[in-house]
Amino acid sequence: MRNLLPVLTVVAAIFVIWYAGAVGLNAAWAKDKAERAGVTLTFKELVADTWSQDKPKLPAPHQVGAEIWKTTGAMVAKGRAFSKRSLIYHSWVTFSSTALGFVLGTALGTLLAIGIVYNRTMDMSVMPWVIASQTIPILAIAPMIIVVLNAVGISGLLPKAMISMYLSFFPVVVGMVKGLRSPSRMQLDQMRTWYASPAQTFWRLRLPSSMPYLFTSLKIAMAASLVGAIVGELPTGAVAGLGARLLAGSYYGQTIQIWSALIMAAALAAVLVGLIGLLQRITLKRMGMA
Amino acid sequence: MTKDTIISAKNLSLTFQTNDGPVHALKDVDLDVHKGDFVSFIGPSGCGKTTFLRCMADLEHPTAGSITVNGMSAEDARRKRAYGYVFQAAGLYPWRTIGGNIRLPLEIMGYSKSDQDDRVNRVLELVDLAGFEKKFPWQLSGGMQQRASIARALAFDADILLMDEPFGALDEIVRDHLNEQLLHLWDTTHKTICFVTHSIPEAVYLSTKIVVMSPRPGRITDIIDSPLPRERPLDIRETPEFLEIAHRVRDGLRAGHGDDV
Repeated sequence: MRNLLPVLTVVAAIFVIWYAGAVGLNAAWAKDKAERAGVTLTFKELVADTWSQDKPKLPAPHQVGAEIWKTTGAMVAKGRAFSKRSLIYHSWVTFSSTALGFVLGTALGTLLAIGIVYNRTMDMSVMPWVIASQTIPILAIAPMIIVVLNAVGISGLLPKAMISMYLSFFPVVVGMVKGLRSPSRMQLDQMRTWYASPAQTFWRLRLPSSMPYLFTSLKIAMAASLVGAIVGELPTGAVAGLGARLLAGSYYGQTIQIWSALIMAAALAAVLVGLIGLLQRITLKRMGMA
Repeated sequence: MTKDTIISAKNLSLTFQTNDGPVHALKDVDLDVHKGDFVSFIGPSGCGKTTFLRCMADLEHPTAGSITVNGMSAEDARRKRAYGYVFQAAGLYPWRTIGGNIRLPLEIMGYSKSDQDDRVNRVLELVDLAGFEKKFPWQLSGGMQQRASIARALAFDADILLMDEPFGALDEIVRDHLNEQLLHLWDTTHKTICFVTHSIPEAVYLSTKIVVMSPRPGRITDIIDSPLPRERPLDIRETPEFLEIAHRVRDGLRAGHGDDV
């Protein structure tokens, strides 16, 4: 609760800047309209207009809030939570490929890390490729993945999840390589004195030691996964998902829709990363490592 | 080499190749350790005492000469789990309880569940930590953690205990107490102990045999068979016999240092 005041202060500052920005950016259109109607606006009227336009350059927070409510809470109240006009439905679509991509990425990242730690050849050869893979702009490669997978008959959730995986395996590889190598020389020697097998050393020493590194990586991977899912939804023809809402919004200049999808994506990311943080706290506390 | 020779080193040498040229960590070391001995290795840093201990444990590989442990090569002895090794730091896993930490080598070696429980209880009693099985390492003091790590090395059937400055990081009072306990433990379990230390009083108080080493190259300069009885109260350290041995150790250390002091 001690943190509440600073947090609220920052939130308040954001709102002030946001409202001021809305006035500044939307004023030109308001004045334009007024000129053509042959009236002059008082400052009060100007402000009221910039905060209530249909397609503002920057929608005011309450407009975005109203749009989000209209497409979430109000839909639930009407019992149509999963209709195609509902942001809950689109969030769910994005969440599905985020989650699948995150699981696949974590699995791939962990396997690569184990290979790198245990196999000298992989240690020398894989890491440069892993890093190179992340220097390719995802926007360039995402349509390729969709097209190639479509050509071999895979469509729907999996291609989008692959793009999420492509982004999310990277932090897991980097973190897990560091984590699996974190046991000290002494701890590894100790395992040798007991003549422990490599598998025993892995399960009893290396893997538990890597947990703090794993969770830090998972948080980054989850955020990257969400970005991947949204990017993956853009070239699929904008059928469903938060990415599709963003694209449709920009086609028709629906800035309020774009912003509400953006806010929804941010909220989704916050919840998912928060869940991992919670899991981290519980696990590390139980392991005596927090 | 007689029948009760446990560890035997002949002309043992170990040279590390570094960028600044070869470092002779050990040179022509000869030593026999007999069953039930308590042998201390003392010398300044760089004299190879820890390296020698690590050779016995097959954690380092000699470049010349030979070493046998229980009549076999050091590697075979390690495979047969012939020794327990206590490191400078307790090295307990924070995610395991004290009991879980002691159980760790037992799990690795495949002892049955009930046998594990018996052994954990027995060694906890041996190091005076009964009742701490369910505690986590961070709930224990440094001295207690080190006792738990000794218990872990005693839990399986190894009759050799290799200890690398186990009490080096502890304060004087805790150290005295643990030394007393260690002697008692050695007396009751009939283990053969090799003990690396920096401290002259510790070496003299604990050992039946004191090996004085010196650096560059790492070698043995003196081997002292202690005339002190097996029963040693702490105040034995004020007797003339004790002081005489301590004096001889100090002379050995000084001679080994040569003119670079």
